[in-house]
Amino acid sequence: MTYEFIPLLPLAAFLILGLFGHWIKDNAHLVAVPAVLVSWALSLLVFFDVADGHQTSFPLYTWLTSGTLDIHVGFSIDRLTAVMLLLITTVSSLVHIYTIGYMRGDPGYARFFSYIALFTFSMLMLVMADNLLQLFVFWEAVGLCSYLLIGHWYEKPAACAAATKAFIVNRVGDFGFILGLLLVWYSFGSLDYQEIFPRAHESAGDLINVLGPFGGTWDVSVLTLICILLFTGAIGKSAQVPLHVWLPDAMEGPTPISALIHAATMVTAGVFMVARLAPLYNLSPTAMTVVAITGAITMVVGATIALTQTDIKRVVAYSTVSQLGYMVMACGLGAYASGMYHLLTHGAFKALLFLGCGSVIIALHHEQDMRRMGGLKNKLPVTYWTFVVGSLALAGFPLTSGFFSKDDLLISAWSSGSLGQILTVLGLVTALMTAFYSFRLVFVTFWGPSHVDPHHADHIHEPSKAMTIPLIVLAVLSIATGYLGIPEFLGPMFETGVGGAAHEGGAAIGIMAVATAMGLLGIAGAYYAYVVNPALPDRFARQWQSLYRASLNKWYVDEAYDRTIVRPTFFAATELWKRVDVNVVDGAVNGVARAIAWAGWLLRLMQSGQVQHYALGMALGVVVLVTMYLFL
Amino acid sequence: MNSSFPWLSLLLVLPLAGAVATFFVTESAARWVALATTLADLFVALPLWWLFDPEASQMQFTEHVAWITTPPISYSLGLDGISLPLVLMTAGIMPLCVLASWNAITTSIRGFMAVLLVMETAMVGVFVALDFILFYVFWEAMLIPMYLLIGVWGGPNRLYAAIKFFLYTLAGSVLLLVAILVLYFYGGHTFDILALSQGTYPASLQIWLFLAFFAAFAVKVPMFPFHTWLPDAHVEAPTAGSVILASILLKMGTYGFLRFSLPMLPDASRDFTPLMVILSIIAIIYGAYMALAQVDLKKLIAYSSVSHMGFVTLGLFVLNQQGIEGAVLQMVNHGITTGGLFLCVGIIYERTHSRLIADNVGLAAPMPQYATLLVIFALSSLGLPGTNSFVGEFLVLVGTFLWSKMATACASLGIILAATYILWMIQRVVFGVPSPHHLPALKDLNHRELATLVPLVLLVFLIGLFPNPFVSRMHQSVTNTIASMSRAKVAPTAPPSAEGTAPMLADSGEQLKTQGPWR
Repeated sequence: MTYEFIPLLPLAAFLILGLFGHWIKDNAHLVAVPAVLVSWALSLLVFFDVADGHQTSFPLYTWLTSGTLDIHVGFSIDRLTAVMLLLITTVSSLVHIYTIGYMRGDPGYARFFSYIALFTFSMLMLVMADNLLQLFVFWEAVGLCSYLLIGHWYEKPAACAAATKAFIVNRVGDFGFILGLLLVWYSFGSLDYQEIFPRAHESAGDLINVLGPFGGTWDVSVLTLICILLFTGAIGKSAQVPLHVWLPDAMEGPTPISALIHAATMVTAGVFMVARLAPLYNLSPTAMTVVAITGAITMVVGATIALTQTDIKRVVAYSTVSQLGYMVMACGLGAYASGMYHLLTHGAFKALLFLGCGSVIIALHHEQDMRRMGGLKNKLPVTYWTFVVGSLALAGFPLTSGFFSKDDLLISAWSSGSLGQILTVLGLVTALMTAFYSFRLVFVTFWGPSHVDPHHADHIHEPSKAMTIPLIVLAVLSIATGYLGIPEFLGPMFETGVGGAAHEGGAAIGIMAVATAMGLLGIAGAYYAYVVNPALPDRFARQWQSLYRASLNKWYVDEAYDRTIVRPTFFAATELWKRVDVNVVDGAVNGVARAIAWAGWLLRLMQSGQVQHYALGMALGVVVLVTMYLFL
Repeated sequence: MNSSFPWLSLLLVLPLAGAVATFFVTESAARWVALATTLADLFVALPLWWLFDPEASQMQFTEHVAWITTPPISYSLGLDGISLPLVLMTAGIMPLCVLASWNAITTSIRGFMAVLLVMETAMVGVFVALDFILFYVFWEAMLIPMYLLIGVWGGPNRLYAAIKFFLYTLAGSVLLLVAILVLYFYGGHTFDILALSQGTYPASLQIWLFLAFFAAFAVKVPMFPFHTWLPDAHVEAPTAGSVILASILLKMGTYGFLRFSLPMLPDASRDFTPLMVILSIIAIIYGAYMALAQVDLKKLIAYSSVSHMGFVTLGLFVLNQQGIEGAVLQMVNHGITTGGLFLCVGIIYERTHSRLIADNVGLAAPMPQYATLLVIFALSSLGLPGTNSFVGEFLVLVGTFLWSKMATACASLGIILAATYILWMIQRVVFGVPSPHHLPALKDLNHRELATLVPLVLLVFLIGLFPNPFVSRMHQSVTNTIASMSRAKVAPTAPPSAEGTAPMLADSGEQLKTQGPWR
């Protein structure tokens, strides 16, 4: 079959551009774009094939064997994979095309294309993996691509710092992931999904003593531990609280990758992973609760920060954090299909919003502060109208894709139990904030008087077709993905009956009504505060200064990490080196050398070469011996 | 199994012949002689990869010639799945070292090349010797050329570093010699490594022998807290010296643990496992912390070696298949990756004459090829999946997990720290804007420099993506090592026999020689 070619084509594009990019230079898109488009077409075929009920899984080659460890590289294609394949190749194709316009003339044009091709390959391999190790390998590989692309403009110190931060924060999550992975192998003797899932039931009650041979006992449920450790990885990758700090900084990278990696695909890998491992998570209510609550906190935190940010990309970035929180929360409540549904629709409308931001940024010569925008509505009509469509979908406006997926998600959450009902209320409140900040962005950027640097104000124009066509396609998809019947398509994948049947009945209609009202209220509020009465936000900020500051400064999480972890670590390292390693450890070594030299010097004193000294020594020795003989 | 062709002797003799030859040619021709010799040695070594039979449980390509009859010291060589990758790595690294020294060494080139070649013989000898005295001869013979490399062609503080290196490792070696002699008397009057590996020794004696071995090997690795000679030696050594030191010399310590401590002293090895694991974990975390504080590129990589070698000793002493195979693979990986990093530092030092991070910033723009290769080695060093180091570290962690979950969690912290110090280094060295002062000197790689780095980069990915051919050649030998560890134990109270000097009967050694699984 054609499965191999879906990832291999972008890989080939990467290799060609990586090795010969030096010569290909400005024609790089001629290599990358066709490769991804063919991958997309193949994914479409796979999607229809899977929709017909085909499922397959096959190994490619043996990666590593050692003792009882046996790991291969292989593919597993089912409905979940098919949906992800379609999302990845669609967004990737559009972003590839958009990049032609966005990165034109950049000295790293070919390099940029080679990295997004590598990213596409890695992301496809991640979702097609049939075992956890392959998932992890490509989990790290997409992280690497993210690192390289955030740091694309390597002369910018902020971009380099953001790239490093993204990688290291993700490593913290991966620390948990790899331990979880080892525990899976330890408990099930395999890392293959097909081996693990059937055996999960048998280990449901197993306990494990995590303290091991160092003594002590601390028994923990194996499955709960596995699920929480693996979820740590998802906390990093999907930017959940408390490891969300890297994602907004990642906006330092070029905007196309913000759309592709930091909105539509890579950051959803955590959600995908939890959904993929649903058979394990379902068996551990504790882990599920942890997942749901983490998601809910992230959802609220992200939205509260997005309310006050002034950098357009950061507003959208915090919105992504918040929306990822929705998806993770849904998975934690057992509503995997709803979470995946929202993942898909969000992929479309958030990619659209980011690419729209990119279009504005290019038009304003790399201006990102929305206080220096305004009145762009008429100058950038395509960008404006597509941006409005994306914002409506994000706000959950009726009949857009976001409306369907968010309602589906909240209704499923509500029907999952009492925890779900509490979290649904939070979700509804967040929906209000979401609508407010997304239309704050629309009104401040596109409406009202222009605050654009007069220098550029006169020659603002719509970008090239390469950039506007992807916007239009994504705008269509932001509506259309709501009508594809994704929950019904994915529903049978997951055992738990959350969602589906619950959609009928009074509660469902009630939630739908409240959610819609929240969305409309948020839009109206933004209209009032930023169009009708523009002085209101400032007054509000002054009145609630501490709250405003906390939101503006992202709840001071970065500062807290800096004070408690980053600076102490560097301080400790330097002090430890200077004081302990140089003085104590090496000092001991040099001390031994000096002691030996000193002992040698002492012994040398005895060999004075003078007979009187030797005679004295003999006499003293005799005295000592005689004394000992007499008295002992 | 005696092969008809003396592959291993050829491997040993070629570099020696080359070393002699350098004295009959001009200074500049000496480089070509050295390059030709090391390449010839590599081409002798490479076929062994395919000729090696992964299924066979015996030593392969064995040679055996009596050398001294009383005491019975012989010239016996052999290769198994543990030494094969190390020999190949040695043969592969040496031509790169010659190339890296092409323009960097300007004084007495002939002497330098001769020293490198003598070094190669000694290092290969250590990995293939099957007689304990022969091993010890190679082991000590290695010290002198290394001492000269640092002491003659080194940096400003070279004498302190050279003497520190020499005395430190020599102190350990003396105890090793004592241990070898004790084993000779307790193990049936033989220096045959395979026979000694089948002998049984009283538990209390094992403990003393283990400590003596430990003194020699732990310094070489180097394990915490015996590591302080390493940063000094690296900083002062010329590039080739650093590469040999990091890639090959450090492996002798871990090879020693695996070849001698584990099979000869199984009970003591088991008893010392908790201590060794703790020391390894300290090395992993402490080395990483030290690396974080460095401003000198060579010191940073030197401390990162301490951390990486911690993974190797960790894998060895959890005493299971995955751990040991991971450790052996990690020895090779560390040779490739850290060797590559030191080569990179040497290349930039030739341009800016500084190893300080602050003097070498923003190299991505003026030197894109260099930056790409440096980043690849750096990513391998932090254990990114898809590169060689991930495979080794993963196997070690799997092995450790079977021993203790908590220890694995502690060791895994090293993964976060490695990312931190490596990326912090990359952020300063590769990214950013180069200082205008150095810019004219920052030419991208020439063909010679590419030739030193590209083979290593290919190996980084080859092992990372297709590790199974590498690991599967170790299976049988590692299984043997583990199996031999579970042989009958001597009661701890067993007194030495009445004969005094020769507690074990002389003929029992003869029997053991013929019945071990390796024979």
